[in-house]
Amino acid sequence: MIEVQHLTKRYGPVTAVDDISFTVERGEILGFLGPNGAGKTTTMRVLTGYMPPTEGKAIVAGYDVFEQPIEAKRRTGYLPETPPLYPDMTVREYLSFVSKIKGIPRGERKARVDGMMRKTHISDMANRHCGKLSKGYRQRVGLAQALMHNPDVLILDEPTAGLDPKQIIETRQLIKSLAGDHTIILSTHILPEVSQTCQRVVIINRGKVVAVDTPDNLTSRLRGSETMYLQVDATGADAAAVLQHVAGVTRVAIADTKGSAVGYEVDSEAGQDVRRELAAAVVGRGWGLLEMRPMRMSLEEIFLHVTTEDVTASAAAEEVAQ
Amino acid sequence: MNNILAIAHKELKAYFSTPIGYIVIGFFALLFGYFFYVMVVIFNQQSLQLGGLEGGNVDMNQQLIRPLFLNASVILLFVLPLVTMRTYSEEKRSGTIELLLTSPVTDVQIILGKFLGAMTLYAAMLAITMIHMGLLMSWGNPETKVIATGYLGLLLMGGCFISVGLLISSLTKNQIVSGMITFAVFLLLWVINWPASFAGPTTQSILNYLSITDHFDDFTKGILDTKHLVYYFSVMAFGLFLTARSVDTERWKG
Repeated sequence: MIEVQHLTKRYGPVTAVDDISFTVERGEILGFLGPNGAGKTTTMRVLTGYMPPTEGKAIVAGYDVFEQPIEAKRRTGYLPETPPLYPDMTVREYLSFVSKIKGIPRGERKARVDGMMRKTHISDMANRHCGKLSKGYRQRVGLAQALMHNPDVLILDEPTAGLDPKQIIETRQLIKSLAGDHTIILSTHILPEVSQTCQRVVIINRGKVVAVDTPDNLTSRLRGSETMYLQVDATGADAAAVLQHVAGVTRVAIADTKGSAVGYEVDSEAGQDVRRELAAAVVGRGWGLLEMRPMRMSLEEIFLHVTTEDVTASAAAEEVAQ
Repeated sequence: MNNILAIAHKELKAYFSTPIGYIVIGFFALLFGYFFYVMVVIFNQQSLQLGGLEGGNVDMNQQLIRPLFLNASVILLFVLPLVTMRTYSEEKRSGTIELLLTSPVTDVQIILGKFLGAMTLYAAMLAITMIHMGLLMSWGNPETKVIATGYLGLLLMGGCFISVGLLISSLTKNQIVSGMITFAVFLLLWVINWPASFAGPTTQSILNYLSITDHFDDFTKGILDTKHLVYYFSVMAFGLFLTARSVDTERWKG
């Protein structure tokens, strides 16, 4: 549905987006993740036809956004970072203007505008001026604007920025409910958002794609080894030494101590499940196994991992050492 | 065409949802009315003084209508920058330009829509002054053709100013900057042929040709010359063309 090929965008000497490529399948929600200034907004602006790329091309819903911009725009809804509202128009006036320029036939306009207001829960604000709306409502009016012509592709630039927690949950649910009919790209720098709403993630940093995968795969792929957390009450005995001798374990470190209970972080070789052996080792000696759970790298860690060069370099060095 | 009308309608609404539309129309009507009053008083005095003389009939077209139109053209220099300064600058500043540029409308449609919106407001400004012409018609015997060509001239000249104003507005995010530069350019276009009187014949004709207001002169005399029509339409088209280029360039720069 969306195909980005070797896209590069330069502003004078500054390269905002540097040779990125990715594809999004029909009905998929793709998370676009990256620190501020990574090139997310620029990429989205190219995809929506707001600006042409310096090099490369983008195909949206089967149309090259540069060669056939009008056709591509007919099939794309875009919510920019700041919702593009006219402060002096009421919500209804604004949406009816949007319905006109998005090419909704005259007879359907009113019903469409009403429908969009219901869908985004802004019906009670219909006669309020856009300039007087709260941030949450502005965002929703912006979303109604993007959905107006029922586009195949929906591009949302930080759709939950500046909303309160309740609104964030509502917006996420709305976005999830739109998937399937619409192909969605949403950008964010809030990580839980990605794991909750997106099926795939593109992590971008300094204009380059550093990772593309599902949130789950990213978490497991970036772990060089499996890590378990064990809390053992060994009543003073040296549990670490015992754990170290379990086959497949590469490293044992004390994580915390609570009275006689000691928490250990146990690394094992990737792909090897050592849970049974660990449990047997502990329980077989009559110690108390209080807790055992896998420690997964959180998205925050992955994000830092792939967006910070130093960390990446040192992690690579570690892998080599292992 | 629908897109152009939708944008023109939106532009027109924007003029009247802010005080700008009312200020511009009111200001223009006030000044035009004032000039009208002053000129009628002067005209009456001249008629009285010359009326007693043999064949001393004062020409209403020459002595009243023509100077009135010429004065109106000067008021435009001050009023039209207020009309055009926000057209693009405001959209750029508030980010609504992103809506327009990512909707299935072409740049040309956006520009023509904005032009049409501003022209409609301007036509409304001119329409109000027709009250004064109505007064002249009912109490005097002016030539309707002169009035008609005068209004046509005003409309075309205003169109040129508006297209130049659009261009300048498309260059900046700041409305004040846009308004000031537009005003300065209009003034320059007005006075550009002032040195013509003491310049050589070639320079003189070039300067006169460049002055937008100079081309208006014949219209106030009731002369409809294709030379001036061509001039006005080309300036309008050129201004709108440059606006399209400017919007496109802005896209590339981002």
